Amino acid sequence: MKLNLEKINGFSVLTVNEERIDAHNSGELKEYLLQLIDKGDIQIIVLLANVRFIDSSGLGALLSGNKQVAAKSGKFVLCAIQQQVMSMFELTRLNRVFEIYADLNDAFNTEN
Amino acid sequence: MCTSVIQVDVIIPTHTKYLDLIGSIGERIAKELDNFTGDREALAYQLNLVLTEATVNAIKHGNDSNPQDTVRISIHLYDKELNIKVYDHGQGFDLANVPLPDFENPKESGMGIYLIRSLMDSVTYTKQEACNVLEIVKYLN
Repeated sequence: MKLNLEKINGFSVLTVNEERIDAHNSGELKEYLLQLIDKGDIQIIVLLANVRFIDSSGLGALLSGNKQVAAKSGKFVLCAIQQQVMSMFELTRLNRVFEIYADLNDAFNTEN
Repeated sequence: MCTSVIQVDVIIPTHTKYLDLIGSIGERIAKELDNFTGDREALAYQLNLVLTEATVNAIKHGNDSNPQDTVRISIHLYDKELNIKVYDHGQGFDLANVPLPDFENPKESGMGIYLIRSLMDSVTYTKQEACNVLEIVKYLN
């Protein structure tokens, strides 16, 4: 899975450079997030602008990251979710569980 | 039932690397629907998702002890109906006993069947002699 990690404004910004998150690669995303959190990175923004498809296992991987960060009183944010992908969050009502912003600027601005 | 306009039969090894291929077939079919008046982009995504989830389900419930095991996916497009059948060779499961997700305390897994049921019009799972069949129907308007 193509993932890119940058440190911006104190956040670990993880860009998912895949069009598709499904049961074939979601395990890798879950594992990557867990290792990141284990290392102490608990201010995480996942940038999903390039993702045009997510299945239930992909939602599960993000949920796993969200839970781990919440347990350490950190912050786990999703950014730039495409419309059809967003409909999956709505259908599973996970849009009420995750902190979601339209873009990185919005995510940073709420911090100020 | 009348003859199908399009019939696609695919047999894949029980491996998740083929999910993209199966899902893409669903997206392409949505774009071939001449008389569909609804949101075509949404339907394309939904068919991609449903085929992905149903295939994962078949792989998960497949015959682990047989490395040559396969999943067969059969898609029939009729005038006003899309019919998807996914065949697995495993122990099967009881569709009636698959619970709704716990929306208040969401779990990391167990949402696949819920998504299929939410997006499609009919979902059944039957055990046949040599295999199990998950049959999914979507009425097209």
